[in-house]
Amino acid sequence: MIAGETQGTQAEGGDCLLVTSTSAVPAVRDWPQPGDPLDPAAAISVRGLVKRYGDFVAVDGLDLDIRRGEIFALLGPNGAGKTTTVEICEGYRKPDAGEVRVLGEDPSDGGRRWKAQLGIVLQSGAGDSQLTCRELLQAQASYYPNPRDADEVLALVGLTEKAKSRAKTLSGGQRRRLDVALGIVGRPTLLFLDEPTTGFDPEARRQFWSLIRTLRQLGTTMLLTTHYLDEAEALADRVGVIARGRLIEVAVPSALGGRETAPAVVSWSEDGARRSEATSTPTAFVRDLAGRFPGEVPDLAVARPTLEDVYLQMIGEPS
Amino acid sequence: MTTTTNRADAALPSLATVYRTRGSVELKEFFRQRESVVFTLAFPVILLVVFGAVLDYDIGGGVTFTQYFMAGIIAAGILGASLQNMAISIATERSDGTLKSLVGTPMPKSAYFVGKIVQVLAVTVLIVLILLAVGVLAYGIDLPSGSDWFTFLWVAALGSASCTLLGIAVSSLAKNGRSASAMVTPIALVLQFISGVFFQFSQVPVWMQTIASFFPLKWMAQGLRSVFLPDFLATEEPAGSWELGRVAIVLGLWCIAGLLLCVATFRWQDRAAS
Repeated sequence: MIAGETQGTQAEGGDCLLVTSTSAVPAVRDWPQPGDPLDPAAAISVRGLVKRYGDFVAVDGLDLDIRRGEIFALLGPNGAGKTTTVEICEGYRKPDAGEVRVLGEDPSDGGRRWKAQLGIVLQSGAGDSQLTCRELLQAQASYYPNPRDADEVLALVGLTEKAKSRAKTLSGGQRRRLDVALGIVGRPTLLFLDEPTTGFDPEARRQFWSLIRTLRQLGTTMLLTTHYLDEAEALADRVGVIARGRLIEVAVPSALGGRETAPAVVSWSEDGARRSEATSTPTAFVRDLAGRFPGEVPDLAVARPTLEDVYLQMIGEPS
Repeated sequence: MTTTTNRADAALPSLATVYRTRGSVELKEFFRQRESVVFTLAFPVILLVVFGAVLDYDIGGGVTFTQYFMAGIIAAGILGASLQNMAISIATERSDGTLKSLVGTPMPKSAYFVGKIVQVLAVTVLIVLILLAVGVLAYGIDLPSGSDWFTFLWVAALGSASCTLLGIAVSSLAKNGRSASAMVTPIALVLQFISGVFFQFSQVPVWMQTIASFFPLKWMAQGLRSVFLPDFLATEEPAGSWELGRVAIVLGLWCIAGLLLCVATFRWQDRAAS
């Protein structure tokens, strides 16, 4: 895991031992309030977004800013409004209320020049084709003013060996990597990834993560939706939790839900029994504890609530 | 991977470039798919071979039914290459997300339709050439001569255009490619039976003739009969003449109607998604 390298605010996502970060996380809310003006410098700025399907309110007054250059993960259960929000930003759906600016333009009337700056990986994928991977990428590249080389992109997503295979013959995971390749071949400044790793095996997911980190180094802003917590934690600079059409929190992954300052649980073995203590000052507690033992404290562990604990609590599911 | 941003000043690709890409994509999509090749290209040829072998009777004045059937099967071939092909392929591309994906790129929307037109044109020319070749080589069909070629050209062009537009419009009614096929194939078959493709039109009951005359296939077949049959057989037609003027008007009206329907109904996304 090298996720923390660029930010310094991310933590290893282990169950047992969690080393908290020391970076200063702003105590103020990290996302816009209703009524705030649109942020013209943001890659994506959304205010008061509402979208209904019949009686069902899919997005219910959502405010969001995504900064240029960041990877922002929208995390939420199925039906929370992730895809609806993303597809409004992509220009596929029209909002019932609210304002949206994506790279400074209203997506409902974004023209070719605007679309040329976007890369879109749809949840549903890019469709079936009789063309080979290379042919598909070359065709897609020809729609953009300054595309990447098709073979370069194939290498980037690890499909070089499949260059001459028809898209139809790819496995699910390979197909998804081709979707990502099609999304980045136009050299986007803003890349939308809607549940990009659904159906990946663990190794494919790791490979995909390293691809996303490479893209970040190239300066691509990314809006990622996922329901994998580890994915959000590993990739995102900031995570927004969405539930029932509302954004309930935005934070760096390590600070989500007040996780950073939540009481830590110190556990150890003493007199043949497992002991544990919840404390808001774990360092002092451990120092104290160390004094009671001549050497190592047996089976010492200090745990913070995991992202999963925090997340399930936020979206109102019993953990 | 040297530059990190999309140069805002880089010019968008020209229409000609993107049109060329789409034309080439559509040709590959069609000719690499065995089902579409067999269904659209081979099926009319098989019908010509079978009907030519079985129904080789004299329809009057020393003209064989095969000569008559030539006009009908070419009209049916054009219908398959345009209406059926478009309805099924576009419904498929709409339901599997191809269209949605394309409209999220800076591809000019017109390029999608240009690609489809290139596909229809290529398939139409190919099917007509194959049918003519089989007709001449296997059944000694008399090829048209002189100004008949000109009639052939405009009837085929107008018929193909109207049926392409109708096919694009009809694709919006279907949930996916399979349901488009289930919807459009029986309709095409019935139209072929009542429009004078498989039987002489004069043998079709009058009320069926009336129904057929609302649709383009009947007029396309009639126009093509004027090309393949000697003029004395025009007396067998309902009006006692080839009615080429009316053929042009009806097919032209269907082009306009088809275009209006396309504009009113075309969707880039599945209905469920919007």
